[in-house]
Amino acid sequence: MKTFVGIDLGSTTTKAVLLDESREVIGRGITNSRSNYGTAARVASEEARVDGRFTLFRRALSAGGGKSEELDEFLAALERAFRLEQFLEQLGDLEETCRSQVKGERFAKVESGVKDAIGEVLNRLREEAPALYAPGAKRKSDFFRDIAGSRYHAHAEEVARVAGLPYELLLNVYDKSIIDVENRPPSGGLSDKFRRALARVLAVDAAVKTGATDVPQTIEDTLAIELEETYLVGTGYGRVTLPFSKEHIRSEILCHGLGAHMMYPNTRTVLDIGGQDTKGIQVDATGIVENFQMNDRCAAGCGRYLGYIADEMNIGLHELGPMAMKSDRPARINSTCTVFAGAELRDRLSLGEKREDILAGLHRAIILRAISIISRSGGVTDEFTFTGGVAKNEAAVRELKKLIKENYGDVKININPESIYTGALGAAEFARRAYLGQTDGREA
Amino acid sequence: MTTTIVTPKAAPAKEVEKDASMVKQKEMMAAHYDRLTSAPQTGEKVVSTFVPGNLNELTMCFGLLNNLPEVNAIQNGLRRTSGAFVLEAEKIGHSEDVCTYVKSDIGMMAKGNIAPNGKRFPDPDVLLLSYTGCFTFMKWFELLREQYKCETIMLHTPYMGDGKITPNMIEYMVKQLKDEVIPTLERISGVKFDIDRLREYLKKSATAEDDLVHVLQSAKRKPSPIDAYFGGIYYIGPIFGAFRGTDDAIDYYRFLREEVEARLAAGKGPVTPDGDMGKEKYRLVVEGPPNYTNFRQFWKMFYDEGAVVVASSYTKVGGVYDFGFRHDPEKPLETLAEYCLGVYTNRSLPMRIDMLTNYVNDYDADGLLINSIKSCNSFSAGQLLIMREVEKRTGKPAAFVESDLVDPRYFSAANIKNRLESYFQMIEQKRAATRAAA
Amino acid sequence: MEASLNGSKTATIVARAQALFDDLSFASAREWKAAAPGRKVVGYMPIYVPREIIHAAGMLPLGIVGGGDQLEVIHGDAYYQSYICRIPRSTIELGVSGRLDFVDGMLFPSICDVIRNLSGMWKMMFPNVYVRYFDVPQNYRDDIGGNYYVNELTELMHHLGELRGQPITDDELRHSIAGYNENRRLVRELYSFRAQRPWQAPAAEVYLALRAGLVLPVEQHTEMLRDYLAAAASEERPRRDNCRIVLTGVFCEQPPLNLIKSLELAGCYVVDDDLLLVTRWLTADVPTEGNPLHNLALAFLHQSESTAAKYEPNLKEKGQHLVRAVRRSGAEGVIFACPSFCDPALLERPMLQHVLKDADIPYIAFKYAENSGQMQPIREQAGTFADSIKLWSGT
Repeated sequence: MKTFVGIDLGSTTTKAVLLDESREVIGRGITNSRSNYGTAARVASEEARVDGRFTLFRRALSAGGGKSEELDEFLAALERAFRLEQFLEQLGDLEETCRSQVKGERFAKVESGVKDAIGEVLNRLREEAPALYAPGAKRKSDFFRDIAGSRYHAHAEEVARVAGLPYELLLNVYDKSIIDVENRPPSGGLSDKFRRALARVLAVDAAVKTGATDVPQTIEDTLAIELEETYLVGTGYGRVTLPFSKEHIRSEILCHGLGAHMMYPNTRTVLDIGGQDTKGIQVDATGIVENFQMNDRCAAGCGRYLGYIADEMNIGLHELGPMAMKSDRPARINSTCTVFAGAELRDRLSLGEKREDILAGLHRAIILRAISIISRSGGVTDEFTFTGGVAKNEAAVRELKKLIKENYGDVKININPESIYTGALGAAEFARRAYLGQTDGREA
Repeated sequence: MTTTIVTPKAAPAKEVEKDASMVKQKEMMAAHYDRLTSAPQTGEKVVSTFVPGNLNELTMCFGLLNNLPEVNAIQNGLRRTSGAFVLEAEKIGHSEDVCTYVKSDIGMMAKGNIAPNGKRFPDPDVLLLSYTGCFTFMKWFELLREQYKCETIMLHTPYMGDGKITPNMIEYMVKQLKDEVIPTLERISGVKFDIDRLREYLKKSATAEDDLVHVLQSAKRKPSPIDAYFGGIYYIGPIFGAFRGTDDAIDYYRFLREEVEARLAAGKGPVTPDGDMGKEKYRLVVEGPPNYTNFRQFWKMFYDEGAVVVASSYTKVGGVYDFGFRHDPEKPLETLAEYCLGVYTNRSLPMRIDMLTNYVNDYDADGLLINSIKSCNSFSAGQLLIMREVEKRTGKPAAFVESDLVDPRYFSAANIKNRLESYFQMIEQKRAATRAAA
Repeated sequence: MEASLNGSKTATIVARAQALFDDLSFASAREWKAAAPGRKVVGYMPIYVPREIIHAAGMLPLGIVGGGDQLEVIHGDAYYQSYICRIPRSTIELGVSGRLDFVDGMLFPSICDVIRNLSGMWKMMFPNVYVRYFDVPQNYRDDIGGNYYVNELTELMHHLGELRGQPITDDELRHSIAGYNENRRLVRELYSFRAQRPWQAPAAEVYLALRAGLVLPVEQHTEMLRDYLAAAASEERPRRDNCRIVLTGVFCEQPPLNLIKSLELAGCYVVDDDLLLVTRWLTADVPTEGNPLHNLALAFLHQSESTAAKYEPNLKEKGQHLVRAVRRSGAEGVIFACPSFCDPALLERPMLQHVLKDADIPYIAFKYAENSGQMQPIREQAGTFADSIKLWSGT
């Protein structure tokens, strides 16, 4: 089948969306952007294809009359098994890469000892892997670097101690390898991983129930459908170095506007507050961008600012919103300058102001900045769609709603839980249109 | 089809053949710098003065050589030495907040005051503070006066706050010229003022001005044979600088006009540093000065996308000629006053909005692009309102980028490129929608 | 409230001035306007306009000096880039939010490019308001700058007469000049009183008393100054072991009140400053005989303060006003507090510092914005400066 890929390379994460010919989203994928945008793009689009397979499985199995709860359960089990397979595959790569690093003067006398130790650490990682992907297990992150890294450190310390080797040696090998592993395009066929994953699921419960269908056969039939990458469009903050040829690039503004329009067709104004910048975009009834403005050179009031504040307070980014929500007397914060954020915060805390009041004030200050950018782009017209990481922050949303109401009256405000994919969604639709020969957004 | 993810390659740069006007301008500039730096030997006297409101015809009447600190700062920006000069000025006590033309100039003095020809600039014999369209000029020359301890003449140009030149303004300026500027210049130069000599120079100015306007207005044609911002900055060089009122300027603008005529006849677009520009896809009006530290990189972001600037306000900072004003030998002092009063940055905000709106309409542009310059409040304060108004009046979208004149720290290529490309694509998308609807 | 508690007379006056300062909707000016039909209010920005002419038209001159640190700017930021100072955005906020909807005219003095351009913005944004860019001469010869200025003043007088619906007479203007002469005399008296006994007239109180003059009719303000002077002279207050400084650089965008307070708390008595210069721009009485516009023009040319927005034709005179202020007030040092992104103030600063250096006067410098929230660094710097001055004078 034909698929259309949209990739949004952000400063921290890279997102991909897969559309089918009827404009349905069949898959979404996300990965960390790393230093290598090409790899990030490949990984994200592969993730979207994986997600797309699950959509196709679901479609095929539901067509066979599967009940939805049973289907959910099965697909969840299959996904866990698939993730485990993926993880094991990367562990294999990590082991091989680590071993290849063990050479030269530094390892002269301990080469075999270190290699054995690496083998032992990786074995331990492999042993505990199934538990990481057990039902109900919680992982801090889904990115390989994050999962493998912390566990490697823990095991290496013990293995090194037992083997009487310097711990730094094992760490050094890992540090040299992880970037390579992470930046290596995923190897191994997806279909085989799905088959192995299915086998794992069947090994636990041989008689998977999803209606009348022959599950293994349905999965096999579905895997046979080729997901052709018919057209790809990329966009994103790192546009200047996007790893695509020119005809495959669209501006993030256009993608964002179109993506928001696809999620909410009545959208006229879009606000996106990302890590690096804030955008106010006006779109017409068909999703065409009419006007846009971004924050000026000063990045005050962008998502990054909240990151500084969280660091300064030594709490998690996601804890800021809930804490600010407790305030009923927001402080007046006069500067959203990231440079001064820490100092102002400390000054106020030392004067005895309450954390939640300061935080509430900070959230308001950020939204005030955003409102001024929207205002530069032409104000707010019903409906209004709010996207980006900050849209997940309830305190920011509260202030935004208040200010929109005060300044623009009753406006419907849309916030999509999948809003992080807005740009990639628009890019995917541009890919579909490009395939159909529509040329908007670039020269004819 | 999984090979779309590629590594972009940079295109190789190629050498471009220079037009006669370019060669002429280069020679003129080189000769001028040589004349300036050898002034201590030749005994010629030097006046430092500013581009907006420069009185070249008048100072030539006294045989004075003009040295323009803004032009020196621009040269240092283009040669990438301004960054170090700005830092030097900040080191000796200037705030990071203030104008980088001033800091580049002060830093350059601190570092030996070396001209582009590698020789030392002479100390000025007089500072002619033509205080037109920019408050910073006043502080700038007070700072230079402190350094050089030389005579300083203030020529105050009132601001066109109400959008018109009043008889009181003209009278005030003419009196300053008659009773302060001219007698002081006579005393310093030892040359008696000859009004007929002034008339002669003014006549020459008007001739060159005619040709300049012809060149600038050629951008109304499609495709435009010139870029009226990046290219325009070269075109205004002689007339905004040391050459207004000279035969050199007359020759230069005649060459230029002929070249532009030839390009028009051949249906050619502008010349860029990479040769002839490709197909004209976007026509823009630009408000605000350019960035000089990354001038070519900035320009390339336009011509690579087929964007040509058809009119700009920056090419009017040293005189607005395209609405009919010419230096008039019949009323020599009044015409100098009118010239000073009329420069772009001395015009009220509503006048600037009218001008830019006219440009978008008359030059059939796709919209207004503002390059907002951190250094220059005279331009920048109010630009966001200008943007809003011009959008409203023309129905065409505007875009906003930020940089600085000669401070490389304020040029973020990725940021600017991102916005420009978004803007161009937005224009294209809207066009496609209009085509589809038709 | 504080006033009624401790019952002191200065406290009562200061509380009234503070209330006027805090009121961002200008209730007192609104009341003045509503009190009689046909009354008009003309706003003006820093640093100088001839308020006498507005007053002569029977109008209230209303000083607009930004929004301070208590105004939340919601709309103003949409009009300005991050590298432009704060006062124009908060001033636009005052306008857009309707806080100035009773103001019939606005004068934008010739002080910098930002305020200059704001005059054009005001014309676009508030087309029903009389807006004038108020240019002043940078040439100080009577027959050149003087003539020009007289003509500019004549035009202003004519416009305000039109706004009133009846020309302003010379007698009206002479009467107004007399009123402002009296007001300026009291301001000068207050400054010299503070220079002698700064502990009796804290800088923040003097500032508030001056600020009241931006919103009150001049007659009322004169009364307030008189009362404050009398009360301040009669109340003994504890004297602290502070050094004495001149505060300068503060010339358009206002420092937060907390900044002024912080300086004294940190050990620096402010014995002179260039805050709110409009209240004492003309340094001597303007004659009430003869042609009033000529008199105003001559006073501007020859008997007015110095500031960054004004050209100093004489190199030897450059910065000497500051040295004289130090000598006159018996100050031991100078604190430069300049608004961030203020080109005139910040470009002027190195020249003034060179002059101070030559005169052996110590100084420190920092920047602020009208809404600066953090005073800790300023307290630290001022405290260290005070300590070093004491140390230096002790040896």
